[in-house]
Amino acid sequence: MLKIKNYVKVNSLEEAYELNQKKTAKILGGMVWMKMGNRNLATAIDLSGLGLDQITENEEEFVIGCMTSLRDLEINEALNTYTGGAMRESLRHIVGVQFRNCATVGGSIYGRFGFSDVLTMFLGMDSYVEFFHGGRIPLTEFVNMKKDNDILVNMIVKKVPLTVCYLSQRNTKTDFPVLTCTASLVNGCPRTVIGARPAKAMVVEDTQGLLSGFDTMNREEKTQAIHSFAEYAAKNVPVSGNMRASQEYRSLLVQVLTRRAWEAVGGVSDEN
Amino acid sequence: MKIEFWLNGVKRQEEIQPDTLLLDFLREKGCYSVKRGCETANCGLCTVLMDEKPVLSCSTLAARADGKKIVTLEGMQEEAKELGNFIANEGAEQCGFCNPGFIMNIFAMLKEIADPTEEQIKEYLSGNLCRCSGFVSQTRGILKFLQYKKAQEEA
Repeated sequence: MLKIKNYVKVNSLEEAYELNQKKTAKILGGMVWMKMGNRNLATAIDLSGLGLDQITENEEEFVIGCMTSLRDLEINEALNTYTGGAMRESLRHIVGVQFRNCATVGGSIYGRFGFSDVLTMFLGMDSYVEFFHGGRIPLTEFVNMKKDNDILVNMIVKKVPLTVCYLSQRNTKTDFPVLTCTASLVNGCPRTVIGARPAKAMVVEDTQGLLSGFDTMNREEKTQAIHSFAEYAAKNVPVSGNMRASQEYRSLLVQVLTRRAWEAVGGVSDEN
Repeated sequence: MKIEFWLNGVKRQEEIQPDTLLLDFLREKGCYSVKRGCETANCGLCTVLMDEKPVLSCSTLAARADGKKIVTLEGMQEEAKELGNFIANEGAEQCGFCNPGFIMNIFAMLKEIADPTEEQIKEYLSGNLCRCSGFVSQTRGILKFLQYKKAQEEA
């Protein structure tokens, strides 16, 4: 059960930052995960009065406020055009519309939850987290950083050329994912992200350069590279078992989803 | 702490505890249509509209209602009766426990999507679980309700 002694709807980020320096204080996101645990908060900090629930864009980037709901991300036309619908695909399976109207992008990213579809999707783009004091940090770095008392203000997605595919596997609709996968060409550079391993999402390092020059390969070369890389990913991505899936099943899924996602990115899937 | 909000169109000021969930608060205020189901944010039984968007009141603090417009089924009696008849006529109303959340989310869907397809209906309502009906009859009821509304508009 969640117990809160003081609830402060802050008037500024400075005020939130000061309050958040105490261990017994917590920033509230959408609350859907936080309220599930047994916690005693001396101070709950609510950022909802700061107008951080907007998605704005300029020529270079999207700026997504930390309090933006997952539903607003899902139905944002500009983001979906940029990602070819991958943003919507990564979100639409998360429980239901009501849940996604509650859950926030800040809560999902800051928590770096293992089950996070959102984290897997954002890692597949040129994304940054913007902190009140810490400034901008690439999401690929942030994902492995320790939690501190700074305040996540915005998510930034740079508008670099992007081809991306998001896939997830679930045992049943609206459940947590058993595995998530993003394959993308970020400014021409191949990037593969695997999440729900069930540990938090990770970028798969292509140490052998199997996908190097992917965008210039012909169809046959792409097919070969994809098969090799999918096998490589299955061998090298650490996965484990839990109540939803065994380690063996997840390893198989890594291979299958990686292959399918790259086939979609490369336009070489059977349907094409 | 004090909050000021609109409940079913009526402006109210209330004193609440900081950790009161919206679900408990609304039931205290007599909105018994708002049901406690899974409490893990999965079943949609506790769905209410907050500034016209469907939210899970089991996962929302009452404090977040400050300055917002909250609508429960009690505030949509007439509309709900009409839609509820279609659902009942298709045999989708068995225990009825999920219906208030279902109906609130259907109204939210119709605000967003004027003429939803069957696929859109299923996707939008995927966060409303029903243990009795298996969703087929509910979907049928919604589609018939939409046909009826369309025919009414055209007439």
